[in-house]
Amino acid sequence: MSHVRLVNVTKRFGSVTAVNALNLEIDKGECFSMLGPSGCGKTTTLRMVAGFEDLSEGEIHVGGRLISSREKNWYLPPEKRDFGMVFQAFAVWPHMTVRENVAFPLRVRGLPAAEIESRAKDALASTNLLSAADESPADLSGGGKQRVALARALAINPDVMLLDEPLSSLDPHLREEMRFEIRDLQRKYGFSIIYVTHDQAEAMALSDRILVMKEGVVQQIDTPLAVYSNPVNRFVFSFIGLSNFLDVVRAGDRLAFPDGGELPLTSPLRDARLSLASRPSEIDFCEPGKGDLNGIVSRRSFLGEIIDCRIKTGGGELRVQKGRRAPAPDVGKSCGLKLLRPFWYAETEATKSG
Amino acid sequence: MSGISRKRGFGAAQIILFLSIAILVVVVAVPVLLIFFNAFWVNGTFNVRDVLRIIGEPDTWQALVNSLIIAAGTTIGSTIVGTFFAWLVTRTDLPCRRFMKGMFMVPFMLPSFIGALAWKMLLSPRAGFINRFFMVHFGLSGPIFNIYSYAGIMLVEVMYLFPFVFIQVCGALERMDPTLEESARISGAGLFTITRKITIPLVLPSILSGALLIMLYSMAHFGTVAVLGIENGIFNIPTLIYQRIHQSAGSFASIRTGTVLATVLVVTAAFIIWLQGKILSKGHYQIIAGKSFRPMELKLRALRLPLFLFCTVWIGFTILLPTAVIFLVGGLKTYGLAFTWENLSLDNYKFILFRYRVTRDAIWNSVTLGLAAALITMFAGVMISWVIVKMKVRGKGILEFLGMLPFSVPGSVIALGVILAWSGKYGVNLYNTVWIILVAYIARYMAFSLRANSAALEQVHDSLVEAARVSGATMWQALKDIVLPLVRPGMLAAFFLIFLPALRELTVSIMLYAPTTRTIGVAIYTLNEDGETVMSAALAGIALIIIVTGQLLVDRFIGRKNAG
Repeated sequence: MSHVRLVNVTKRFGSVTAVNALNLEIDKGECFSMLGPSGCGKTTTLRMVAGFEDLSEGEIHVGGRLISSREKNWYLPPEKRDFGMVFQAFAVWPHMTVRENVAFPLRVRGLPAAEIESRAKDALASTNLLSAADESPADLSGGGKQRVALARALAINPDVMLLDEPLSSLDPHLREEMRFEIRDLQRKYGFSIIYVTHDQAEAMALSDRILVMKEGVVQQIDTPLAVYSNPVNRFVFSFIGLSNFLDVVRAGDRLAFPDGGELPLTSPLRDARLSLASRPSEIDFCEPGKGDLNGIVSRRSFLGEIIDCRIKTGGGELRVQKGRRAPAPDVGKSCGLKLLRPFWYAETEATKSG
Repeated sequence: MSGISRKRGFGAAQIILFLSIAILVVVVAVPVLLIFFNAFWVNGTFNVRDVLRIIGEPDTWQALVNSLIIAAGTTIGSTIVGTFFAWLVTRTDLPCRRFMKGMFMVPFMLPSFIGALAWKMLLSPRAGFINRFFMVHFGLSGPIFNIYSYAGIMLVEVMYLFPFVFIQVCGALERMDPTLEESARISGAGLFTITRKITIPLVLPSILSGALLIMLYSMAHFGTVAVLGIENGIFNIPTLIYQRIHQSAGSFASIRTGTVLATVLVVTAAFIIWLQGKILSKGHYQIIAGKSFRPMELKLRALRLPLFLFCTVWIGFTILLPTAVIFLVGGLKTYGLAFTWENLSLDNYKFILFRYRVTRDAIWNSVTLGLAAALITMFAGVMISWVIVKMKVRGKGILEFLGMLPFSVPGSVIALGVILAWSGKYGVNLYNTVWIILVAYIARYMAFSLRANSAALEQVHDSLVEAARVSGATMWQALKDIVLPLVRPGMLAAFFLIFLPALRELTVSIMLYAPTTRTIGVAIYTLNEDGETVMSAALAGIALIIIVTGQLLVDRFIGRKNAG
């Protein structure tokens, strides 16, 4: 039984459709990420779930309860939804101590003082903030502030936790640490997470499922592994991980590059114009003439763990990444390339699957 | 920068530094120090007893108390009004909010002594139009409101000073990260709780800082109290200083009383500024947003229309009614006639602009003084700011202190100091000439220029000049092609920040004018004192036109600059 259910949710700002007919079901205890470039509608979707934005169409149910509906003109105000939410810019209140921040949601619910005390303490302990409880959050680091925001969201022990790019204001190493903390807290408390981010690594590391969005339209909803290994279209392929694209035209049964040169590969698609997609790490070097493609090394950079090469081919430039111990040809040398897992996408329609 | 060029620039740097210190010492420090000196130093001895005696005199003591009462009342009233309106236009669904916001800032432009003049015409106990209307039509035996009272003075000051709080609080509410309130909402708090527990505490520093600004202004404010208080014997510190010196034509005793009162004013002002700094540094939260959606709006529902009407009435009473009265009275043949077409004409305006010596001189004086003060202060300000911001020399802290000093020195104090310094005692006698007013204006407005120019110069990072030098430009070329274009907006801002207020200046000029050196403000005030109410109103009307046109031109000009 799904816990959060979005039915045909649409949001328009004037003539712009920010979110278009979104249908979504999120299970209890699931960590669900919404991923996409800025302006794709992911934050708007989260704010509709939170109750800060009205809907232009559709309904939202949480735990069997209708919380937003355009048709019935029914909106439960945000303060009645009992969610936890963490914002990008921390949004901790600088005029209260850390403890007062965390106790605030309990206090406005009119709980007895002893319960407020113990539950705030619990939330503070879960986020390692007990020692800083009486400090001003303004004196804490970015990571500390975000912990306060997390503790505050945890305090009421919500069923649903809404996270709006909570880590993007933090330093990279801290970001990685906090990912795991959020995941641990979820295991402990059992809430569902709806997580908005534009950082694909973050989404993959955290989530049970990922939704990829572009211009208000859902592109793919699946597990991180499935999204990475089977992107449904060119956009998803390019958005998740590093990517190469080569444009290809079909001439009868044969495939060729637009500016000449044949391609010995076959494609399951019958379209006239195609895109050949590949990951830089899924290309092997071989003797010239023995692989799928031939090219000349135009650039080679040593990046520590990996060697990053640019190969000029008949159809354009390809990026190839090899481990530092693997052999890689020098600049100016010609080489053969073997595509380990090529993907084909129809050029004409970027959102169609291949 | 290479060692060679550094050595060559050393002499020039020294000259600039010396010049900057000299300007500030002569223009700002000497007059202020002379006030303290004259207050405490009698016949070659340091004398505190005498100072206390003067403060203890019934008149001076009453003026001190009055200043405090009026300032306190005005501050409390303005803070409540300003905060309420700011909240209304930024956080609710009040109709026409943008328009309302613009209108609430208009009183900023209007000189409050002209407002006081208008309210005197409306609500003076016997002749005020409103009072007379009620007495004639409703048979009231007395006035419904006497503007010549503490309440009247405070009311008029609130009307024209509340924008100080309004603008500060509006700014804070608009810049505030909406997620601070949203996170309270998702935590379960309703809008009322959020306003009380989150919004108000977060903007409290802005409220207090605006309130202290009003306190500072009201303590040292001359115009309103002079127009409305003197009739009933209500004096505050600036009006008493003026009255004493004016009556005795600058006798020693009056100047001494003046310096003592001025000292009290400076000390109070310094305390207020210190308090403001303390509040701002301690309570200045980082509440500025990253990415932001619109903040939440409170639906006023049933209160929406009544509150809209209230705002409209407020704007009508503070802006439209006084302005209309000024222009109408300015068109009357004689004060006291009814407003009928036969009695109204443009003759007064023509007379004032083209034939009447006093007002023609006044307009000419104000414009030339304003231009001269703005130009001189702008250029001096750039130079001094350069020393403060860019030069790594010792002693620039003194410059900063001296430059910002006039912020805490009220206008009447500057005027008094300038009289002490420039009336022949030290070799130069500028008294009774326009030059003494010019010197006072420069002292008064230097801080404005320093602030605008320092802000602009802070933006010009050293590396920009260094990049020009590396590209082969000489120091002079770098200044001309890199620094100057970047600083020009700051200089322009400084110019207008000085020119427009100088046009309507009253507090300083009233202490320094001679028969031929009246400014617009002085002319309006003295014409009114002499019973030439109609002429006074006509000149006030012309002043309003000049001020509003000037302000609109500046807004347009600077607004377009920012957009482009």
